[in-house]
Amino acid sequence: MIHFENVGLRYGMGPEILRDLTFDIPAKSFQFLTGPSGAGKTTLLRLLFTSLKPTRGIIRMFDRDLAGIPRGELPMMRRRVGIVFQDFRLLDHLTTYENVALPLRVRGKDESTYKTDVLELLKWVGLGERINVLPPVLSGGEKQRAAIARALIDRPEILLADEPTGNVDPPMAQRLLNLFLELNRLGTAVVIATHDLGLMDQLDARRMILTEGRLDIYE
Amino acid sequence: MNRPRPKNQAAGRQPPAGVRQAAPQAPVRRPPMRVRPTAPIVPPSNIQGNALMVVIAIMSFLACLTLGGVSMVRATAASWQSQISREVTIQIKPDEGLDMEAALAKARDLALTFVGTKDAVVMDDQATARLLEPWLGTGLNLDELPVPRLIVVTIDESNPPDFDSMRTQLQKEVPQAFLDDHRTWVDRLVSMAHTTVMIGLAILALVFVAMVLTVVFATRGALSGNRHIVEVLHFVGAEASFIAREFQKHFLKISLKGSAAGGTLAALCFAAANVWQSHTLATPQTDQATALFGTFTIGWGGYLGIFATMLVIALLTTITARLTVMRTIDEIDQVRSDPLRMDYLPD
Repeated sequence: MIHFENVGLRYGMGPEILRDLTFDIPAKSFQFLTGPSGAGKTTLLRLLFTSLKPTRGIIRMFDRDLAGIPRGELPMMRRRVGIVFQDFRLLDHLTTYENVALPLRVRGKDESTYKTDVLELLKWVGLGERINVLPPVLSGGEKQRAAIARALIDRPEILLADEPTGNVDPPMAQRLLNLFLELNRLGTAVVIATHDLGLMDQLDARRMILTEGRLDIYE
Repeated sequence: MNRPRPKNQAAGRQPPAGVRQAAPQAPVRRPPMRVRPTAPIVPPSNIQGNALMVVIAIMSFLACLTLGGVSMVRATAASWQSQISREVTIQIKPDEGLDMEAALAKARDLALTFVGTKDAVVMDDQATARLLEPWLGTGLNLDELPVPRLIVVTIDESNPPDFDSMRTQLQKEVPQAFLDDHRTWVDRLVSMAHTTVMIGLAILALVFVAMVLTVVFATRGALSGNRHIVEVLHFVGAEASFIAREFQKHFLKISLKGSAAGGTLAALCFAAANVWQSHTLATPQTDQATALFGTFTIGWGGYLGIFATMLVIALLTTITARLTVMRTIDEIDQVRSDPLRMDYLPD
């Protein structure tokens, strides 16, 4: 589904942050992306989300070379990828329901066509009672789940999550992991960038370990 | 791909076994939660938005006031010009052996034979005495003085007579007659009126430039507070045109409200001044104000100009919003190819 070949990225004239990355993310796969702080996890997620362009190498996504995709088509590509930002990026003036429905709204869908789906998804992530609440009132875990629901609402083919358990207590982290597993079971590929060794140990999943810009993969 | 269905599959959320079997029990019915009416993607009101509305209201008020002022000056100048060019004067100087009354009648009849003259009135002794009163005092006996006599000829402004021909004929028939078509005064007044209107237009242009710059910068300022919204929309897959449309809508509303407030206030000012003037006619204050500014009437043209100014401001704000949003999206995309432009460097 996603293929990286000899991908490298540097900021300006500085040293390469990511070096010679060659890997695949197969459809319906589940993997953790880990490594020490500053190793380039978020940068790699941004590359996967097409919000950064590699300095060198080839990235193929959904059978298309990213270098050949015009800027105007990138939104269509991003619609196939769900992303959960570390800082959630929820809009504070919209309710939980409205934030989760946002990706469908920007696709021009009528509310009557998605209202039930959004409400069901919010129930599924445990926010069924918080639909009319604004993000500043939500707890860290609730914000995290709202951000996940927003990433999932349009049934992406791959979900990227940046430190999804960074702001929640262990029981909530477990619950979120179960949510990701359930999602993966239903066919979505999942990449979770995390520092949380405890979380990774709970699961026998593929591990992508970034160290000083280089990637080692343990299947 | 199937989206996860919320059938309590998530771990820890499955109902205990047996609950389903206990279905015959009356379920506790909770009213379904109501979703509030969907809020606009761009928050309808915030500090920057309100400040922008006030700036637009002030600038449109000033621009409409200037526009109305220029329109008023133009109308006054046109009225000066029209008033003075509506009449010409035939002056007959006294001469030895000249029968003044006969000469006056002859000159008047001659003037009336020309196409383009509407009326000709000989100024009688009393009216002539009144004209000379400021210089020669009251109780003047015109028979004792060699005072020239005047004939006021009213002409058709749209089709004036041939003055040169009239002048030649008068010279031939009444050699003491002199035709004054006020051309010198009219030319001076026309040039003064044109200068006044040009100055007004220059001021109007300056006010408009100031308004354009203020509105553009205020709109950009207001948008900078919404950059995070543009980013989020961009990352959830919104196309640039969709984002631009949302912001355009928002800023069009703000600018229409602001410019309508400013324009209406300016129009009310003119209407109030007009009402005041018409209710205080023939008082020294009004006469002075009228002499200085003319009548406070801007006419339908002026009101139409105010309306057009409001629309221009609204359009300008909307276009600025669109361009700024497109530029913000451009910047986000530039970060994509040049990460050094990022505000912070990611892990």
